[in-house]
Amino acid sequence: MDSLIRILKQNSAIPRADLARQIGLSEDDLAAKIVKLETNGTILGYHAVINREKWDTDAVTAVIEVRVTPEREGGFDRIANRIAGFEEVQSVYLMSGGHDLMVVVEGSNLREVASFVADKLSTIEAVQSCATHFRLKTYKENGILHAVEEAPERLAVSP
Amino acid sequence: MSSSRIAEHVRNIPRSGIRDFFEIVQSMKEVISLGIGEPDFVTPWHIREAAIYSLEKGKTGYTSNLGSPRLRRAIAKYVEQYFAVEYNPHDEIIVTVGVSEAIDLALRSLINPGDEVLYHEPCYVSYSPSIQLAGGVPVAVATRAKDEFSLRASDLEKVVTKRTRVLMLNFPTNPTGAVMPLEELKKIAAFAVKHDLVVLTDEIYSELTYDEVPHHSIAALPGMKERTLFLHGFSKAFAMTGWRIGYACGPADIIEAMMKIHQYSMLCASIMSQEAACEALERGQRAIERMKEEYRLRRNFIVSSLNEAGIPCHLPKGAFYVFPDIRGTGLSSKDFSLKLLDAKKVAVVPGTAFGPSGEGYVRCSYATGMNQIKLACQLIADFVKK
Ligand SMILES: Cc1ncc(COP(=O)(O)O)c(C=O)c1O
Repeated sequence: MDSLIRILKQNSAIPRADLARQIGLSEDDLAAKIVKLETNGTILGYHAVINREKWDTDAVTAVIEVRVTPEREGGFDRIANRIAGFEEVQSVYLMSGGHDLMVVVEGSNLREVASFVADKLSTIEAVQSCATHFRLKTYKENGILHAVEEAPERLAVSP
Repeated sequence: MSSSRIAEHVRNIPRSGIRDFFEIVQSMKEVISLGIGEPDFVTPWHIREAAIYSLEKGKTGYTSNLGSPRLRRAIAKYVEQYFAVEYNPHDEIIVTVGVSEAIDLALRSLINPGDEVLYHEPCYVSYSPSIQLAGGVPVAVATRAKDEFSLRASDLEKVVTKRTRVLMLNFPTNPTGAVMPLEELKKIAAFAVKHDLVVLTDEIYSELTYDEVPHHSIAALPGMKERTLFLHGFSKAFAMTGWRIGYACGPADIIEAMMKIHQYSMLCASIMSQEAACEALERGQRAIERMKEEYRLRRNFIVSSLNEAGIPCHLPKGAFYVFPDIRGTGLSSKDFSLKLLDAKKVAVVPGTAFGPSGEGYVRCSYATGMNQIKLACQLIADFVKK
């Protein structure tokens, strides 16, 4: 199971027939395993890692450090989920250190993100402060380097 | 130009079979090669970065002949941790220019003219010529497919003589991926003790064993440390072939003898590579595990695909080679390889490049990307159908 998850985490688009051969399962057994991981919530979804310099170059991503007042009951969870519900929000993490939540927001332009922060995020009552940092360039995302290096030459046959 | 100006013992060395094949492949375009005996991964970044940093700090001089004390300490720690053999970094370890140099130094230190050296075959291409260049007599012992190419002490008994001085082992094996079951390894150890042989164990693939098969080094068996030279390096598991760095661990008298040759012929291994090697030993485990998992998956793929194509191929437990049986095609190893190359532009290495007992087999390396492997397997399947 571990190796199946590891492979899918790295490359969920791998053809299922190849994957079955690599881990020594029949295609049917593999499909059953994957369905199980999906239905029990271990695998929540699949997506492609996009190079933003090649596609949708106007899109803007911001990382926002949010300080909130935790609630007596439920702590940060209810507020975090409330923030997570917005379409613009890609990720929400509870953090240790100087702020409480780290929120990653994506918008089709700068104005959209700014308005989300001003109108939605900072107006939530428990939110004390927001520090918004805009992403300028991506070098590596989800374990994938964005600069594609050419493979070095190798000898065609070697001992 | 007259060839007689080349020394006789060098003239007598036959050209490497792999070299001939390399030249044919090299002259063709767009070949998919399963003929490459080195990792397709580049050296993990943390290791490259450490080497860059060492250059920035100006570490550009010679080191001690035996290798930098820091590296020797790191080697001692690593070998103790993963192989359960303790060596003193002060006088039982020498850092060499790859396992290649370690083999050469060991043979030159141990062999008097005419001494016999036993080794198992099919094997790495350099063994027999290295023995010859050191003035020894190579004595090959064939391993068998039915034993998954592991070695049997009873076969060694058949060829041992009064002149036998050294036994060379390489498990996991290039080109068969064979590993040694512990029980059989113990018999080999007893054989070496009985005939008072020095054992050279080439451990270059020892990190790369799969399916929870534990690797046992003969050096760790009782009574073996004092008669064993443990040769290892960074080329395969750490993907560092081009750095040319390896080491030998063993009894102080043999290490001292090897050092005598090394200090005059090589002086020391490259300091940059030594710095990189320290980093590899200290923090390389995570990267090794990543590459090893990838090799395992490719191995499963290639073995399953070849068997399905009607080419019997056992599942080797180590290294990054499979050694399928191509006798069913009615072709010799060489003809199979040449025809496959000609018809499908897929390069595999004839088993005979690794000794006559490799006839009937070819070596396919899975140290190449999955897409290439997949394509190559399809083309091989097409080829054998015809
Ligand atoms: C069995 C074996 N020993 C030694 C070597 C050479 O290793 P190094 O790069 O450390 O000289 C190889 C390389 O292919 C090998 O397969």
